[in-house]
Amino acid sequence: MIIIGERINGMFRDIAKAIREKDPRAVQEWARKQEAMGAGYLDINVGPAVADRVSAMRWLVEVAQEATKLPLCLDSTDYDAIEAGLEICKQPAMINSVPAIAEKMDRIFTMASKYNAEVIGLAMNEEGIPKDAESRVALAMELVANCDAYGIPIDSLYIDPLALPCNVGQAHGPEVFETLRQIKLLSDPPPKTVVGLSNISQGTKNRELINRNFAVMAMACGLDAAIADACDEELVAAVATARVLLNMDIYCDSYVDVFRSQNQ
Amino acid sequence: MAVEIFKEKYRSQVREVVLGATKDEGGTRAQTVKVGGETALPFLHFEGKVPNRPVVAMEIWDIVPEEWPASLKSYFEDVYSDPGAWARKCVEQYGADLIAIRFKSADPDIKDASAEECIATLKKVLEAVGVPLIVYGCGKAEKDNTIIGPIAEAAAGENLLLGVAEQDNYKAVASAAMAHKHSIIAQSPIDINIAKQLNILIAEMSTPLLDRIVIDPTVAALGYGLEYSYSIMERARFGALQGDRMLAMPTIANVGHEVWSKKEANISEEEQPGWGDQAERSLTWEVTTAAALLQAGMDILVMRHPGAVKLIKKQIDELMQDNS
Repeated sequence: MIIIGERINGMFRDIAKAIREKDPRAVQEWARKQEAMGAGYLDINVGPAVADRVSAMRWLVEVAQEATKLPLCLDSTDYDAIEAGLEICKQPAMINSVPAIAEKMDRIFTMASKYNAEVIGLAMNEEGIPKDAESRVALAMELVANCDAYGIPIDSLYIDPLALPCNVGQAHGPEVFETLRQIKLLSDPPPKTVVGLSNISQGTKNRELINRNFAVMAMACGLDAAIADACDEELVAAVATARVLLNMDIYCDSYVDVFRSQNQ
Repeated sequence: MAVEIFKEKYRSQVREVVLGATKDEGGTRAQTVKVGGETALPFLHFEGKVPNRPVVAMEIWDIVPEEWPASLKSYFEDVYSDPGAWARKCVEQYGADLIAIRFKSADPDIKDASAEECIATLKKVLEAVGVPLIVYGCGKAEKDNTIIGPIAEAAAGENLLLGVAEQDNYKAVASAAMAHKHSIIAQSPIDINIAKQLNILIAEMSTPLLDRIVIDPTVAALGYGLEYSYSIMERARFGALQGDRMLAMPTIANVGHEVWSKKEANISEEEQPGWGDQAERSLTWEVTTAAALLQAGMDILVMRHPGAVKLIKKQIDELMQDNS
């Protein structure tokens, strides 16, 4: 499972302050730290409080790229901001995200095709997040069909089945696992899958424990990536272990260290 | 209807390792030998690159190999007293790409030769041939650890391929390789997990050594578990091509050593009439073992019989022909 480091997000006070004051230190520190801890991508989100999202995104991408060679995952509901980021990304980025809504898919897949970007597709539409696996898979299929229509390789599409916090939407858990399994049957090659991991434990008192258990269970269902806290050492160790148990990596005594260093 | 051949795409490749060093590079070799660099499974030229052909090293000893059968020994009868002449014969007459010298004399139960004696022999061989050298101790770790450092120092800059580092005993060889710019054989007992771990341990001593490691996965002769070696190599190579950097090293096999110690290579036809001519049988045994290992992706074959070397080199020529 690829970890998309979640920490460069304007929701966090230090990043919001960095954006406000145009002081790159916090951004670059987190970029380096997440890379060192095993992140494969860095999520870049300007946060809710910024007035000019386009220029904030451009600045975040610029300063993050000074500190890391990792590919970036541009995270915004403002597609102009995403496009501004894509324009200056030094290597193919990931777009986070697009729901299965026609006009939004048109815009995002056109962009993805132009900038050779990967796309996170959300299994939701105008009606919100479905309750069951079946409806989620139907929306995933719409995303796959659109992705294909724009000539984007299906394995550049990451589908997020959308898991809700486990204290709010407990019934969604099994539906999400089932969705992950079924997505892998949609096409050949199948699309990839991603979840926003910290979402699962939102508002609970055992956040790290819940996150890493969900991650391992979801990996067994075919999860490819998660937007997560790359600095959670126990999480990274659990992911490395699951990869060995699923026969994705060849075991050796130092397998956790090897997993952490694989992007360096 | 035309059939479209399905092509597998891999995202990584085997590291390329250079053996030997020319004068410009700080050594005295006439030429270097490059191994590894594959971006596809063995000889699937239509799926990727096999930039360097597998090579054959011929094994020489620094004592008379009394235990070799007459059918093998007879090829070298005139040169046993002189390892330099032995090496030259292997290169000039039998087409060896490299020479692997085994310092048997250092064995405390044979001659207990000193590092200085081994160095004198090594220098003779370095003078006699221009190909890169592979160096093995006597096989007894305690003694080998005392001679490998001085040998590496005496040949500093030659980029020898130094044998062998093992999980419980890698520091002496790794330090020698690190300090005097040589490459290193990392040997594991038909165990992929140890092969990987050993590379990590060596890399912890020196990251640049990662590009100078050749994996010896330990092979067995035909009939003695060759299939285990084969499947280990297959798994390691898949891992390498899929991005496992700690298994992405070229490989070496002691084919001659394995084959010629087995009864099938040694017992006469008189003793086992059903087994056929010993000379022909033993040669075939070595070639067949080597041929199977080529298919598993072996990059360096250390062999003994000139006839077997000739046949396997012919096969390598054929396998290296473009099939894309």
